[in-house]
Amino acid sequence: MDQLFNRKYIVQGLFIVIALILLGKLFYIQIISDKAFSSAESNVLRKIYKYPARGAILDRNMKVIVQNEPVYDLMVTPNEVKPFDTLALANALEITFDDVRKKLKKARAQSNYQATFFERQISVQSYARLQEIMYRFPGFRTQDRTIRHYPDSIAGQLFGYVKEVSPNDIENSEGYYKPGDFIGKSGLERSYEDFLRGEKGETRILYDAKNIAQGSYANGKYDVNAVAGDRLISSLDIRIQRLGEELMKNKVGAIVAIEPSTGEILAFVSSPGYDPNQLVGKDWGKNYMSLIANPYRPQIVRPIAGQYSPGSSFKPVDALVALQDGAIDPNTTFFCPGYYMAGNHKVKCEHVDGTINMQRGIARSCNTYFCHVFQSIITKNGMKNQRQTYANWHAQIAKWGFGEKLGIDMPFEKKGIFYQAEHYDKIYGKRWGYTTVISQAIGQGEITSTPLQMANVMAAIANRGYYLKPHLIKGIGDKNVVKKEYVVKNYVGVDEKYFPIVIDGMRDAVNSPWGTAKESQIPNIVMCGKTGTVQNPHGKNHSVFIGFAPMDNPKIAIAVIVENGGFGGSYAAPISSFMVEKYLTDTIKPRSNGYTVKAFSETNLLPALIDKTKKLKLTKVDSLNLKKADSLKRIKDSLKIKPAILKQTVATKPKVSQPIVNQKPVTNK
Amino acid sequence: MQQQGNRFFFNVDWITVLIYIALCAVGFINVYASIYNPDKATGFDFASSYGKQLIYVITGLILGLSILLFDGRLFNVFAPFIYGATLFLLVVVLFVGRNVGGNQAWIPIGSFRLQPSEFAKFGTALLLARYVSTFNPKFRDIKSIVIAGLIVLAPLLLIMLQPDTGSALVFLAFMFPLYREGLSGYFLLIFLGMIVLFVADFLVPTYVLILILTSIGGLFIYNNRRKQKIIFSTVLVTVIAIAYLFVVKIAYEKVLAPHQRSRIELMLGLKADNKGAGYNVIQSQIAIGSGQATGRGFLQGTQTKYGYVPAQSTDFIFSTIGEEWGFVGCSVVIGLYIFLLLRLINLAERQRSTFSRVYGYSVACILFFHVFINIGMTIGIIPVIGIPLPFISYGGSSLWSFTILLFIFLKLDSNRMGFI
Repeated sequence: MDQLFNRKYIVQGLFIVIALILLGKLFYIQIISDKAFSSAESNVLRKIYKYPARGAILDRNMKVIVQNEPVYDLMVTPNEVKPFDTLALANALEITFDDVRKKLKKARAQSNYQATFFERQISVQSYARLQEIMYRFPGFRTQDRTIRHYPDSIAGQLFGYVKEVSPNDIENSEGYYKPGDFIGKSGLERSYEDFLRGEKGETRILYDAKNIAQGSYANGKYDVNAVAGDRLISSLDIRIQRLGEELMKNKVGAIVAIEPSTGEILAFVSSPGYDPNQLVGKDWGKNYMSLIANPYRPQIVRPIAGQYSPGSSFKPVDALVALQDGAIDPNTTFFCPGYYMAGNHKVKCEHVDGTINMQRGIARSCNTYFCHVFQSIITKNGMKNQRQTYANWHAQIAKWGFGEKLGIDMPFEKKGIFYQAEHYDKIYGKRWGYTTVISQAIGQGEITSTPLQMANVMAAIANRGYYLKPHLIKGIGDKNVVKKEYVVKNYVGVDEKYFPIVIDGMRDAVNSPWGTAKESQIPNIVMCGKTGTVQNPHGKNHSVFIGFAPMDNPKIAIAVIVENGGFGGSYAAPISSFMVEKYLTDTIKPRSNGYTVKAFSETNLLPALIDKTKKLKLTKVDSLNLKKADSLKRIKDSLKIKPAILKQTVATKPKVSQPIVNQKPVTNK
Repeated sequence: MQQQGNRFFFNVDWITVLIYIALCAVGFINVYASIYNPDKATGFDFASSYGKQLIYVITGLILGLSILLFDGRLFNVFAPFIYGATLFLLVVVLFVGRNVGGNQAWIPIGSFRLQPSEFAKFGTALLLARYVSTFNPKFRDIKSIVIAGLIVLAPLLLIMLQPDTGSALVFLAFMFPLYREGLSGYFLLIFLGMIVLFVADFLVPTYVLILILTSIGGLFIYNNRRKQKIIFSTVLVTVIAIAYLFVVKIAYEKVLAPHQRSRIELMLGLKADNKGAGYNVIQSQIAIGSGQATGRGFLQGTQTKYGYVPAQSTDFIFSTIGEEWGFVGCSVVIGLYIFLLLRLINLAERQRSTFSRVYGYSVACILFFHVFINIGMTIGIIPVIGIPLPFISYGGSSLWSFTILLFIFLKLDSNRMGFI
């Protein structure tokens, strides 16, 4: 033994140190960190998803209005593909030889080991052809899933559309959605997505390193079956929905009908509409682009996104609030010389009625009367307190749902404009009064509302003082769950005793010889209503009617807006009367004035379009001429309704032409 | 023991033999698990890899026991011839060798393939032992260092030509027996310093390293400012170290093959590559890590069963142990190795003859290199160097050569009371 013997310990020490280093690293990756464990799981585990059927939607009479249809996708897993008869596949799919090769190349680029789409939504014929020869194409398989089908082809904006999730949707869902899932993008499909989508099923499969399936994981212990989405019962009555869309053909506008006692929406028409089946399946892109390109913008959901001044249809609310305030009483009369002077500003009336009371003021839609009413309200606490009084009035009117979203179960609802006192403070300082905001007395100018808000006002009047939150879905799932918020009565702050006089005025508007909507009287049904003619700076005025029926125990409240329809009584009111009659009696009886659904349906009120591409090249004179020609054409178009109606009326009624003659209203009816 | 009755097995260290058998058994079990395919689980099949491995184990044991029948002195006598034969084979393989996995390392003999680099290890160990025991150099003079160096470097360079860098690296293990016989510890330190600088050269900008080296040198000179000799050698070492930095950079680009460069870069974390060169290491670490404390159980490792780790039955066999037997299993295997290595050193130290001691050290250190490099590579602390895990990895050549390596020493050890 020499001194070198001690070197043994150095060598042995080195062995031990290295062994400890190895054990240390092993301790870290095996015991401390669980990263490797989850990586191992994701190496071998694949989740195969089974797509559930989306929930169906029924109308209030349990008729199916949204359902599912099976479609087939052809999937390919490139590394499993063996040489095959390209031509046979091309023929079966009705595509070209080159297409097959291109698609295969594309699939390869995406992933060699995972099944990717070869051809989406192949036709039933292709599918049938393919099934027989499928064995000749290893690596290919068909996958079935369901897409939406809308049997009635109506109410496109209401239902919305369903589409493959975008990267954004995936991110926002915090992992719920995976690429290839579908999601409701708009309309009811969107707002009830959580119920409609159902639950995805999944099968866990073990895969080896070559990506070949090796059977189920843990004998399928963690596998889940797909659960179909909840069935929804909509409040819609598809009969009057269809009628409404027919009446609004070739017009821009909206119809909203509500059952006052429940707040259930019976009809929800947005015109121009489109066939929801267009936005299903592989033609989505093409059809969506053509919708977007349509100058009348069918993609706007006008019942909740169209914002119109309520016009004279605001007057009943005005009257009721004034009565509640004690600013006037039911017997108050004002003198109408055919106009009202608000300072230097003249508000015209269409008629000279002399001394006029409330009931007749509503029936005749007297601007003078309601300007006086507004003046009485705002000045009742003295001229110096007008601002504060306006603020109080604003709060009272807001209770009717103006200036706020009603919270309908549809996305993208607008709230309309209804300014608070502070808004005017900013513009006028403290020096402003009723004359400044007088246009609000007649629902004009600085107040706008959606058709839904207008229909809801009618529901509140029909209920004599309250409304229920308007909604489109009245039952969710097999148990028909109703959301709690839909059974709460929202009171508008006006006592029941003040309603009869206003409702009498609205009855007269439709059912008396002096009413503004007398042409829309329904046989055997007393409809109460109010016309409105909304000033439109861009063209012909908008025709508005809001109403409810029957007068006692009302079953339906309605708001109709026909853009460029002119006087409220000419289009909106008759359309409302057909809707109401159809809903209450399921038939439409012949009218004594000869109005028919067909005649209204055929009338074209679409505003003429100026071709923007040509416009740039025009000289000033040219464009003036063009405008002239355009307005002439529009007048001619609007006259078309007359011959159409006359043709069907044996006994010529000269009064029919009256609304059309009255068609230069600078003011408000 | 039956002192006269069985003189061939007299004084054999049976504990080492037991450890050897235990490691071979671990090898067979894990090779079986690596090959195991749940879909084709049939009866025992001698044509399959695990069947062959069983044959290799049995024949290996027979081979080992027959080595015990030899007279130990023969190894001393024939050392130069064995060494010469292995060198010859290493030259032959360059011409007639079969190219497997980019290395010209195999000589086909019938259906069997011989890997001369495996046998070169004990050939070199024998000749080195013979040289040291014959001339008893203390490695204080340049001449003995050069001669010993040549004995080791000749096979090393031939193997580099195959090119099988992994097997060649193992020959660096011979530094330790030389160290034990008197080679200055500085050689080990210099070697360690070279590795540290090599790694640092990739992780730290070169000018920072130069700054660090010169300041260390400067500090050293300041502390020994009265000793001229130390100042001179410090300056020399510093200059050589700095020159080394540049040589490494150039050699790295020009000498190493692209796959070797990427392995080094992966290990140093300079590059992430989950599908290419890094795939093996990542999958191996995933498999080992997923075993957690007690493992998934025999034949239950999903990564193993479904073939996620390439070369799993050979170089990456440790990933099977890690996944199916967990930290406990890994500790047992490493424990067996350490017990074996420490025991071999102790056995070597009890030899009366220098020949046996040098040979014993060589065996221990070669095994140590294999174990450290192989396991280190499967858990990502060493670049991927394709060398087998002794007694455990699948393959006849490696198992037999390790067996021969070990049993020659056991024979020498049984003769420790005699003289060689």
